[in-house]
Amino acid sequence: MVSAPGGLMSQTGNMDFETVIGLEVHLQLKTQTKIFCGCRNVFGSEANANVCPVCLGLPGSLPVLNRQVLLDGIKVGLALNCDINRFVKFDRKNYYYPDLPKGYQISQYDFPIAKKGWLEFPCEGRSKRVGITRAHLEEDAGKLIHDDRLNCTLVDYNRTGTPLVEIVSEPDMHSPQEAYDYLTALKLTLSYLNVSDCDMEKGSLRCDANVSIRPVGQTKLGTKAELKNMNSFSAVKRAVEHEVERQTRLVLSGGQVVQETLLWDDAQSITVPMRSKEDAHDYRYFPEPDLVPFTLTAAEVESVQIGLPELPSAKLGRIRQSYGINEYDATILIQDRSLADFFEDCARLYSDYKNICNWINVAVLKEIRSRKVGLADLPLKPETLAALIQRVDDGTISNLVGKDILSGLVDSGKSVDTVIAEQGLAQISDDAALEKVLDEVIAANPKTVAEVKAGKTAAMGFFVGQAMKKMQGKANPKKLNEMLTRRFQNG
Amino acid sequence: MIDKKTVYYVAALARLRIEDAEAERFARNLDDILQYIDKLNKLDVDGVRPTSHVLAVENVYRDDKVLPSLSPEEAFSFAVEQHERHYKVPKVIE
Ligand SMILES: [Zn+2]
Repeated sequence: MVSAPGGLMSQTGNMDFETVIGLEVHLQLKTQTKIFCGCRNVFGSEANANVCPVCLGLPGSLPVLNRQVLLDGIKVGLALNCDINRFVKFDRKNYYYPDLPKGYQISQYDFPIAKKGWLEFPCEGRSKRVGITRAHLEEDAGKLIHDDRLNCTLVDYNRTGTPLVEIVSEPDMHSPQEAYDYLTALKLTLSYLNVSDCDMEKGSLRCDANVSIRPVGQTKLGTKAELKNMNSFSAVKRAVEHEVERQTRLVLSGGQVVQETLLWDDAQSITVPMRSKEDAHDYRYFPEPDLVPFTLTAAEVESVQIGLPELPSAKLGRIRQSYGINEYDATILIQDRSLADFFEDCARLYSDYKNICNWINVAVLKEIRSRKVGLADLPLKPETLAALIQRVDDGTISNLVGKDILSGLVDSGKSVDTVIAEQGLAQISDDAALEKVLDEVIAANPKTVAEVKAGKTAAMGFFVGQAMKKMQGKANPKKLNEMLTRRFQNG
Repeated sequence: MIDKKTVYYVAALARLRIEDAEAERFARNLDDILQYIDKLNKLDVDGVRPTSHVLAVENVYRDDKVLPSLSPEEAFSFAVEQHERHYKVPKVIE
């Protein structure tokens, strides 16, 4: 039997199952204000500080669409290769829950802003394409805090009305790893658009997974379960793995999967059925009467298209080709749009591209990680890094010293030459001075001289070390090695 | 035909409590409405532009500019119960 590409096969007796996964991603947009009112759209304010009659759903208030939200929605749609619906309307999704003060969520039903797209990404050594069913705009709900002590629920409506783009994939993924890789690639693409923080910890990117299994060869989809409450991509992977196992065991023991929503408990690695909204799935969508429709012109869509940045996959290909950087290194560079830009800025000043790439991917990334900042917040100019690499190249300082002073350069903002001069870091490359020191260490260690002469050339390293010590580590090691080799070759 | 069961289901979705007599009346009312919709469904609407809104207005936006939110006094003036700047509601399960 031929297994489905990338499919997770659960082989038991004569039954083989294929895993089918579709993902729903909610992306919070980082506009200044909420989607339908002028309240601030920020994370971390005091509870209920950013609320008004519109986002509290008070009678008589009317929503008005934030134009930036529409533009950002188009941006997301285009970046995911979607068709943009030029006719845009909103609909009411009705359900009662305290996080939703109006008793309905304003969402998009039959005319999502974007539809029929795809995302292509590297996955398990090949290229994988996942279809994007649709991306639509909607408002976020408030935050509930369940208080056992007071035996009540506390509601913070700051998040209510935060603009969201919901991105729904086709059920095109067939293993937990594919789901993980899709999410990683999606987040990378979205991060390039600069429309969201894409931060799962802060909830600006959230993911639900629809998981089902079916006998291999069957085209009809199996009954799916919806998984919620995963707080990281790896949690999504673990939850999906767990759910596939559960469904497989269930079906093999003669049971049937029922359509339900399950909450993932990452600490215990279990899913628990969600009770609260079980009878609320009849959403009775209808057109939102409080918002008139929107018509986009072809020129408006076109201008968003033109304004799109170079996306990660295109950037990867171009950096590899233009600078001869290997896939591994280029992949690291493109993980952060500003890191790739930084590389290209350096490349304009210094032409050993592979060398710049090594410095960035090791030394600069180390600075970024140890300071827990993004590159944008690291006060390092491309000019400074290029100058530093040049001073290592021309032998003014050793590679080791170069790596050592990078941190100080970032902190002080001083020029490379200033730091070298101030700290007396310049290597001694003066031939006479080096030869003199070598004379001394050779004269002082006749035993080692004999060893080297007997063919133990590795013992030459001892002289380099001794000479370094005498010169407080500033001797040019390359030169010392050259001189020693010459001396012993000549007997 | 709309039966009483459907009326109770819809009422539950809308969080409405209704009496048995009302359910019977609402069933008849809803049925009348649906029959009228059926009538509309039979109309020849070829050449009639579909609409999702009764107003002949479109593209009403606002700019992404911050406007003042409510003060805590205003925001909680109509709250039935509150606790430390939160609206307090009967416990719901997740
Ligand atoms: Zn508001």
